[in-house]
Amino acid sequence: MRIIRVLLRKEFLQIFRNKAMLPILFVMPVVQLLVLSFAATYELKEVDFALVDMDQSSLSRELTSKFQATGYFTLELETFDQGEALEAMDAGLIKMIIRIPPDFEQELSSGQPVNLQLIIDAVDGSTAGLIQSYSASILGDLNAAKLAELKMEQANQSMHQAKMINIIPQNWYNPDLDYITYMVPGILVVLVSMIGVFLSGMNIVREQEIGTIEQLNVTPIRKYQFMIGKLLPFWVIGMVDLLIGLALARYGFQIPFLGSLATVLVVAGIFLIVIQSLGLLISTMTHTQQQAMFIAWFLMVIFILMGGLFTPIESMPEWAQNLTLANPVAYFIKIMRMVLLKGAGWKEIQFMVYTLIGMGSVLLIISINRYKKTSG
Amino acid sequence: MNSFSGFVIKEFKQIYRDKRTLTVLFGMPVIMLVLFGFAIRNEVTNAQIGILDLSKDEVTRTITQKLGASESFEIRAYLQNYEEVEGLFQKGNIKEVVVFEPNFKEKLVRENRADVQIITDATDPNLANLVQSYTSNIIRDYVHELNNIGHVQQAGLNTEVRMMYNPELRSVNLFVPGLIAVILMLISALMTSISITREKELGNMEILLVSPLKPRHIILGKVLPYLVLSVVNVITILVLARFVFHVPFQGSYLLFFAESTLFIMTALALGVFISSAANNQQTAMMVSLAGLLLPTVLLSGFIFPVSSMPVPLQWISHAIPAKWFLIIVRGIMLKGSEFLFIWKETLILVGITLFFMALSLKKFKVRLQ
Repeated sequence: MRIIRVLLRKEFLQIFRNKAMLPILFVMPVVQLLVLSFAATYELKEVDFALVDMDQSSLSRELTSKFQATGYFTLELETFDQGEALEAMDAGLIKMIIRIPPDFEQELSSGQPVNLQLIIDAVDGSTAGLIQSYSASILGDLNAAKLAELKMEQANQSMHQAKMINIIPQNWYNPDLDYITYMVPGILVVLVSMIGVFLSGMNIVREQEIGTIEQLNVTPIRKYQFMIGKLLPFWVIGMVDLLIGLALARYGFQIPFLGSLATVLVVAGIFLIVIQSLGLLISTMTHTQQQAMFIAWFLMVIFILMGGLFTPIESMPEWAQNLTLANPVAYFIKIMRMVLLKGAGWKEIQFMVYTLIGMGSVLLIISINRYKKTSG
Repeated sequence: MNSFSGFVIKEFKQIYRDKRTLTVLFGMPVIMLVLFGFAIRNEVTNAQIGILDLSKDEVTRTITQKLGASESFEIRAYLQNYEEVEGLFQKGNIKEVVVFEPNFKEKLVRENRADVQIITDATDPNLANLVQSYTSNIIRDYVHELNNIGHVQQAGLNTEVRMMYNPELRSVNLFVPGLIAVILMLISALMTSISITREKELGNMEILLVSPLKPRHIILGKVLPYLVLSVVNVITILVLARFVFHVPFQGSYLLFFAESTLFIMTALALGVFISSAANNQQTAMMVSLAGLLLPTVLLSGFIFPVSSMPVPLQWISHAIPAKWFLIIVRGIMLKGSEFLFIWKETLILVGITLFFMALSLKKFKVRLQ
């Protein structure tokens, strides 16, 4: 026990003596959480559009102002030359072109079908989809209003009364569809994982590369004591970071906190062991920090991008969804969101927690066995 | 010059002898592209939904059938009452529950109006939005069909939509250029930063210092092998993008390679800068991590559109080289942009590159006195 205490003291001293490391360990995660959480949104904010209005009628003006009144659309260019509008799109100045044909108002009010053309920059497919659906609802409203007017005028003609299914949308757990609420718990997981994998992984290879591990190897320190000495400090730092992050989420971002904090902490503790064991395994398989870091990066990028953080796991193909079963980050992100946002309890998450425990045990056993006190 | 070429050759040998790192360096882009190219999607397929049909008539059955037949949905649960919704959502797999009110068909026939409720699990706002709009579309189409029976063309506004540059709205077309940026950033900036810091940490820098090599020669020698590596990776990614993912390539290959090389230079300059500031590899790595990986992924427009971000973040994103590179690459690949359209972005990248090169050369000298 005394040996472990001394080791821990030495490791902590080593970490905190490095002045560059301190801000990286405690300030960087906070800044990233603050900045990146705001960045991760698909919400449509501002769409610059060009108007090719061949009609110049009161109706075409009404239509344009309806678009602008939503606050999403800004009229950037007005022209009679479609080529000019397309060029603006090529140059990335506008995202959409609305083309109103000649005799637009006249034909619509005489009850004829009229074609309105929307040209949307679809390089970003999901934004394009959003622009389309927003536009469709604006145009749909306008159309309904015009048709109603038309019906009034032709009241004596027997008009077919249209059937209607009224759609009532309800968004549970996040009624305002707020992205921050969804992203903050996930980004927090990513930050904590990075600290876990990178720091503990590189730490041991570092001793190998610099040669100081020889000195440790000739001491009577047992393998497990050495491991605890290496893993525990970064585990503690990871937990502290998580707590800071949770406090920020709760009081800074006003994220709902429906589930129990204890559950989150227990799962986080287990998760950090999983991720640190992975770092440990990487460090036993590599010879230089460069290699270790590269493999860790590679795995992290995959874990993050396939962890359901940015794009839903549900939209991945089946084989990719199966791959995420081996992704500890995916589990923790899911658990965090379920516990914090939906108030899920032990019953709902226990299976995932057992899986994490399983992963952690396997990784830890393999890496401890691979670590040899004799080098070379 | 002779000692310089000797140094460069040594650096090349050092990297290319290390088979493990090399496998990672060349294998990584391939695996990443294949994995993400197939897996990262914004579209929804097979979202699990539940149906709570309080009416169980012809109409609700037809709509349910249409929902089930759609590729977007998979009906996983038929609920009996409202109370079950909460439990289903808690388990986390069901994303949406469609509720038909009692006497649905009757109301539709008699009052011409019936209510359907779409309840989504909105913990994921994007997914909730998507499943909701898909469902609404299917129901609207059905109503349209219902009303159109026996009618000729309908009066009113028809919207004709043309999706430019990416008519099928394929996510892959958006993500591949982004992946090029992420991978190049990773390999060029990260590898360089570590490789130079490593010499410091191991004490080899002293040896290099007493050699006749000038600081800029040392940097150049360190950077060249990674430049070559990165160019090879660009080619690999491009081949995969063309032949595996069928991402269109409208513009000029020459321009593409010129711009990629420029971006690699930017990344290398950043790497050198980080290494001149960091004392050990761990610090260098954490700084690259904080300064490069997450910002490149999140602030460049790789996944989330920059225009959706709050204004202060849009300002920050101007300082992210990958943002400009993404505009350039998407322009060349999808729009067939010529240099005339992207000269501004190119100029900014050149500026960033020169800035960091100057800064790190200056810092490097100071450190090496």
